Amino acid sequence: MSQAHALSLVGLTKRYGSFTAVNDVSLDVAQGQFLTLLGPSGSGKTTILMAIAGFVAPSAGAILLDGREITPLPPEKRDFGMVFQGYALFPHMTVAENLAFPLRVRGMERAERDTKIRATLDLVQLSQFAERRPSQLSGGQQQRVALARALVFEPNLLLLDEPLSALDKKLRAELQDELKTLHRRIGRTFINVTHDQEEAMSLSDTVAILNHGKLIQIGAPDALYDRPRTRFVAGFLGKSNMISGRIAERIGATARVSVGATTLTQRLATGATGDTVLLSLRPERIALLGDGETAENMVEGHVSAWSYLGAGHSLTVETTDLGSLRLTLPTWRAPFAPAEGLTLRLGWPSDAAAPVEDDGDE
Amino acid sequence: MSSAVLTTRAAVPAPVPRHFANAGWYALILPAFLLMTAIYVAPILQVLAISVTEPTTGLDNYERLLTNAGVQRAIVTTLRIGLITTAIALLLGYVLAYVVALASPAAQRWWLLAVLVPLWISVLVRAFAWVTLLRRQGLVNQGLMNAGIIDAPLALVWNELGIVIGMVHYMVPYAVLPMLASMREIDPRLLAAARGLGASRFTVFRRVFFPLSAPGLAASGVLVFIFSLGFYITPAILGGGRTLMAAEWIKMQILDIVRWGMGAMLATVLVIAILTTLAVFSRVVNLKRLFGAGA
Ligand SMILES: Nc1ncnc2c1ncn2[C@@H]1O[C@H](COP(=O)(O)OP(=O)(O)OP(=O)(O)O)[C@@H](O)[C@H]1O
Ligand SMILES: [Mg+2]
Repeated sequence: MSQAHALSLVGLTKRYGSFTAVNDVSLDVAQGQFLTLLGPSGSGKTTILMAIAGFVAPSAGAILLDGREITPLPPEKRDFGMVFQGYALFPHMTVAENLAFPLRVRGMERAERDTKIRATLDLVQLSQFAERRPSQLSGGQQQRVALARALVFEPNLLLLDEPLSALDKKLRAELQDELKTLHRRIGRTFINVTHDQEEAMSLSDTVAILNHGKLIQIGAPDALYDRPRTRFVAGFLGKSNMISGRIAERIGATARVSVGATTLTQRLATGATGDTVLLSLRPERIALLGDGETAENMVEGHVSAWSYLGAGHSLTVETTDLGSLRLTLPTWRAPFAPAEGLTLRLGWPSDAAAPVEDDGDE
Repeated sequence: MSSAVLTTRAAVPAPVPRHFANAGWYALILPAFLLMTAIYVAPILQVLAISVTEPTTGLDNYERLLTNAGVQRAIVTTLRIGLITTAIALLLGYVLAYVVALASPAAQRWWLLAVLVPLWISVLVRAFAWVTLLRRQGLVNQGLMNAGIIDAPLALVWNELGIVIGMVHYMVPYAVLPMLASMREIDPRLLAAARGLGASRFTVFRRVFFPLSAPGLAASGVLVFIFSLGFYITPAILGGGRTLMAAEWIKMQILDIVRWGMGAMLATVLVIAILTTLAVFSRVVNLKRLFGAGA
């Protein structure tokens, strides 16, 4: 088995005429990591992946594999496995022949080839389908064949372009688990592209958030979720209440932030008195306060909308100063059947919200 | 060329209802069906009838297939020229279709126009144009002699070579179109995937592109071959009367020596040969898909 590899992008830029599809993206993927490029449609994810694979020539910047520059190498010299969106299985070949393809072009002997193909098909649980054509397989099976074909030649790196987006929700969840297990088992470096934030969070060691071709933030999923750097990240990774206020007073690591007539207590590392701050408060961090209960931050409001989600309720509460706040409550913790107009007291601790930069993007 | 068009049209089988549940729909095409019968099927049946009644009733005319050296030579010549034309037209057409398929959309439109324009020029004009180009004092021979490549003019026309040149020129657009259609259906991601899996450009072509374009190649092959069996004007002009292909031989039988039975016999043989080719081919490949009907 070859080793897992580390990949770095240094100032990667791709321009199409005057349009910049990828703008100065630098990031590192450590050996054996699972990195996901996450961003809305048109944010440049595929372009970055294609540049890594060698199908798109960067306008500027470099791509390094274990510190060695590979930018000028053609795709067939890079030895990366790739799963295309829509799988791109060869329709005129059986499953086994599809898997044999990368091995044959590497001049592997038949016996060795057969062993590898069998082992890889076992890995993705498709051994009994070896002689079928791709058109005779279900979407999930085709997806696994594409994965097997990308893995069979033990590539340096596995690139996946929205590998699960064509599947229905249940199958997608199943294959997410499989993909994760597979990654652990073979210990290779995976780079995945998706616009599904749940998939990104559940699969990856590291998530890179892109918008308009720029890298906005990169980090572990929980770090991104809890400490989004910008308003865009907060809004893209799940739901968030955005609260805009002004620092009224600073007391050590916390600050008193005034929003209209309400004053909030907020842990804040930077910012001086008088500065405006934008806070991102996750719906599940807001608690419902019972009679006599208190919290560092307390507001009152009335329910304007709610929806039942099975495991929980999602409520929208109108407040005087903070506007409408969205919160989620586990069903078993909701002490009432929600009703419009119901008045509630909400509370959250001083470290619940995260200060974010306002990049103008929701 | 009119006879080539005729034979091919006739060769496309009239629509036969398969599901009688659809009888109502088939009634809608009844007028077209009757027209087809009157214009194409009836004359062909008449030809068939002549071939077994002139000059005497019986299969005498067909017996000549085995004994008459003249008709045998015409058939062998037709098959030989047909095969050579098909091979060359396929080769050129494939290269052309490949270039068009891989060109940018804007370039594709110009290429397609360039491929199709010759179809609008009369076959007669084209045959005479080739004569002008290829004859002893023609542009090609003059050019080669002036360049000092040859000393004496080459015999480029009034022989089989001339016929093949003219027929290939005529057939290339017909070869390009079915191949282009099947090449356009190839998902470009397959080619990228193949390269990503480590294949060189040539291997991608040999193992992925070519096999996927093969149905189009086969369709073009059948189309071109069938067309070339019925060529009339091009061989008549570019062959200089020395090389007799089936169509001209038939014309000679009927118009020059007035042996209607023999002419009709070879015409019938041609039609049967074409139908057989199509039948065999349709067993192997889905014809409807190839010629663009159906999804
Ligand atoms: N060949 C090209 N020529 C011009 N513009 C291009 C080209 N390829 C991509 N773009 C543009 O670059 C931008 C980024 O495209 P890219 O395919 O990387 O987006 P993406 O993040 O993968 O989006 P999606 O989630 O929709 O797949 C888009 O605005 C796209 O229109
Ligand atoms: Mg994309």
